[in-house]
Amino acid sequence: MSTFDVELTVNGTPRQGSVEPRRTLADFLREDLGLTGTHLGCEHGVCGACTVLVNGEPARSCLMLAVQARGADILTVEGLANNGVMNPLQQAMWESHGFQCGFCTPGFLMQITALLVENPNPGEEEIREALSGNLCRCTGYESIVNGVLRAAGHDGSPPEPRH
Amino acid sequence: MKPPPFDYSAPTTLDEALALLLEHGEDARPLAGGQSLVPLLSFRLARPSHLVDLAGISELGSIVVDDGHLVIGAMVRERAAERHDDVRLLAPLLAQALPLIGHPAIRSRGTIGGSLAHADPAAELPAVALLLDAELVAQSRDRGKRTIKAADFFSGFFTTALQPDEILTEVRIRRPALRTGSAIEEVARRHGDFAMVGAAAMVRLEDGKIADARVALTGVSDIPVRATEAEAILEGAEPTDEAFATAAEEAAKSLSPPADLHGSSSYRRHLATVLMRRTFKLAAQRAKEAA
Repeated sequence: MSTFDVELTVNGTPRQGSVEPRRTLADFLREDLGLTGTHLGCEHGVCGACTVLVNGEPARSCLMLAVQARGADILTVEGLANNGVMNPLQQAMWESHGFQCGFCTPGFLMQITALLVENPNPGEEEIREALSGNLCRCTGYESIVNGVLRAAGHDGSPPEPRH
Repeated sequence: MKPPPFDYSAPTTLDEALALLLEHGEDARPLAGGQSLVPLLSFRLARPSHLVDLAGISELGSIVVDDGHLVIGAMVRERAAERHDDVRLLAPLLAQALPLIGHPAIRSRGTIGGSLAHADPAAELPAVALLLDAELVAQSRDRGKRTIKAADFFSGFFTTALQPDEILTEVRIRRPALRTGSAIEEVARRHGDFAMVGAAAMVRLEDGKIADARVALTGVSDIPVRATEAEAILEGAEPTDEAFATAAEEAAKSLSPPADLHGSSSYRRHLATVLMRRTFKLAAQRAKEAA
């Protein structure tokens, strides 16, 4: 099988590699570029852990081939912090304990980043709708939603119990 | 969970793509958004020898209005269609259906043409195309263009009228008549999952009565189906809850949905009854508001 040169921008930096067509974008980021912040859970587009932004839009990097990303502008979780300082979303998630084991966190952060660009002030229902494609096996959804509310400028204190 | 080896081309014109499909024969497959094909590759349920990526073909990527029809290029991303004003205005049912597909990260890559050509019996767009009498335009290098009615397009489980050397290029949807309302609802085990059953309905009112009622179902057969008994019962009827309930119950009697671990056949029939009733009612309400 022939190989293809892939040139793209990742987190503002031009990167390149040479891949077989079957290489997924997720494996390209992790194995070829050493960016292991993007996590692979299910590898078939269900769990959302591998979500990255492709030209500003959220995408499952396990459902995209690296060759399809030629020329694209990719943002991964490694691109969120600035010189080691967490960005406001990361800070808000930190303060809300918006993760437990952390495996799903990169996917959540990228999906939330896309949500907040499109809708800087989402309500709880909109947040749950936007995050419905990201699975957290620690069942930490409440604190994740609180983290988004905090990032969106709501006070972020836990809501009243609903039951 | 890694795709098997295959070759790949990224043509920039439709002619080039059609020539590649012909050259590589039946084992070549067009690659649209990849949201169905890439998981099939990862599971090794599909083993094409060659993928022809359609993403670089700009002529497949636009939405235009032509002679009262909304014409959607096969490579228009679902998320882009969802945000497009002409889709909301000229194909409200499609606009209502798009947010039900998967999740935002799926829709930002998934395409209108890809979903139709994949023909999952649980998917929303095939049912919407069927309900709206959409025309699907396919092209091959040797036989040129042909137009396939949605009713003739879906031929079986994940199977369509498309030939191996053909590419679906666009979908044409006629704008709805006046005083028409539509609705789509589905029941899934989890938000964003493929629905067990879905119903899409359209109701046109004239002088307070139902002039035309249509309903299409997903998940009850190997292809999306119209419930024609319900449609016949409602034609000329008053748009009452009782009429919708009777129509839904009668139509559901002739359904024999497949059973799987998510739900038995009778449970799916029950879902179809409830969803037909609800979508008829909502569609009629919207038709009244549109008047």
